Amino acid sequence: MYVAVKGGERAIDNAHAWLAEERRGDTNVAELSLAQIREQMSLAVNRVMAEGSLYDPDLAALAIKQSRGDLIEAIFLIRAYRTTLPRFGYTQAVDTGAMACDRRISATFKDAPGGQVLGPTFDYTHRLLDFKLAADGEVPQAPIAEPRLEATPHITEFLQGEDIIEREPASDVTPGDLTREPMSFPAGRAVRLQSLARGDEGFILGMAYSTQRGYARNHAFVGELRIGKVPVEMEIPELGFAIEIGEVELTECETVNQFKGSKTVPPQFTRGYGLVFGQSERKSIAMALVDRALRWEELGEDNLGAAAQDEEFVLSHCDNIQATGFLEHIKLPHYVDFQSELELVRKLRREAQELADQMAAQEAAE
Amino acid sequence: MKTDISATARQAWMSLLAQANEAELASLWRGFDHDPAFDWLRPPEAGGVMVRGRMGGAGAAFNLGEMTVTRCALTLTDGTVGHAYVQGRSKPKAEIAAKVDALMQTQVANDLRQAVLEPLQQAQQSRKEARAAKAAATKVEFFTMVRGED
Repeated sequence: MYVAVKGGERAIDNAHAWLAEERRGDTNVAELSLAQIREQMSLAVNRVMAEGSLYDPDLAALAIKQSRGDLIEAIFLIRAYRTTLPRFGYTQAVDTGAMACDRRISATFKDAPGGQVLGPTFDYTHRLLDFKLAADGEVPQAPIAEPRLEATPHITEFLQGEDIIEREPASDVTPGDLTREPMSFPAGRAVRLQSLARGDEGFILGMAYSTQRGYARNHAFVGELRIGKVPVEMEIPELGFAIEIGEVELTECETVNQFKGSKTVPPQFTRGYGLVFGQSERKSIAMALVDRALRWEELGEDNLGAAAQDEEFVLSHCDNIQATGFLEHIKLPHYVDFQSELELVRKLRREAQELADQMAAQEAAE
Repeated sequence: MKTDISATARQAWMSLLAQANEAELASLWRGFDHDPAFDWLRPPEAGGVMVRGRMGGAGAAFNLGEMTVTRCALTLTDGTVGHAYVQGRSKPKAEIAAKVDALMQTQVANDLRQAVLEPLQQAQQSRKEARAAKAAATKVEFFTMVRGED
């Protein structure tokens, strides 16, 4: 039950004024610019764009500044802003095969055409704190080599030649859009992927990890992981042709999974897919594992009762804005709710006491 | 006065303008030094478009998430219409892009191409190549260690 409570106005205004001051911190320390956040906190910016489901690095940087670095709060700000934007339309599906890859690795094929390109990765670092970064420092120029300018083919294409991996039949069926219609179950793979792409990284990581530990084990190999920019094309109705309206950085992960085959399908490899805005490697691998686990029914696998196989469970809980909204609302005034609970518990206790008193009186009488 | 233009050519310059770095575009445009009179058909408006991907990179489409885009349309005094759809939320960038689109359909097209589009294209290309060159330097060159005598 909700009842309007008055009287908090001054306290709220003052709290917000103090929040602004705390956000700024010690004024002897230079203020952060949005460009600094965008350029130097780029993976935080990427996460806010991915889970805010809006690709705009400057807005994400603003949201991070405003939220004092609380990324879920920043994602909340982006989601709220997103709803104020008129929707101009839907783009054509991006061609990740044409990606200008900063990074492209395969855990399954050492000699993949296009090679193993590590890119700007944390992998193989020693995870020791680098105290040089605590001081100002010039960064030496990264080495260069002869650039590859042609597109890098997808690894799964090679397996497809042998027909030993399931095919992804191209289709132009209009996919469901959870920002337009409320989610219903079964959601279907398109809506699942949309939901996972904007889902909480931590939640999806946990779900993916559960499949690796044996809850709906599907033994994934990272067939390919690629990070880079792709152009985004959209049909412009007033012109009658498509143009590139921009360019987005994406991380794509394709897993290759064991599959014993079923009554109708010979043994072959199956696929999980992850695609995320920005450089978001952990998230895209996790997304691919969860996508694969959720495909158990279409692939004729057993329902092992694992959380990662339960579409309703995963999709209803992976959105950190929905989750935090419901979770955090319980800290707001529930005085009347609680008052009635208090009355109820007092009444029950009174009745229990009366009953006990009666029993005691009876025993004494006997 | 209008000149004949192919849709492909127009697609190419509109795509280039959409992805242009705003500061670069603005500075090249100022350098061109020919700001035409115009009327808005549709003043700049920021919005979102839903970006789609494909399952497995090749299969059925799904909605990945939105990106910000600003669009506008204007008409020059001779009636030439310029459109712009540019990434981000910058209204000045959309305005310049629409003016360039309009003027590229007129007799100043060649000058404009040289003054704005070509340098823009070169800047974009060299940024792309610089990244590709750094990526290439991180390519693993495997070699096999031969152990034992035979």
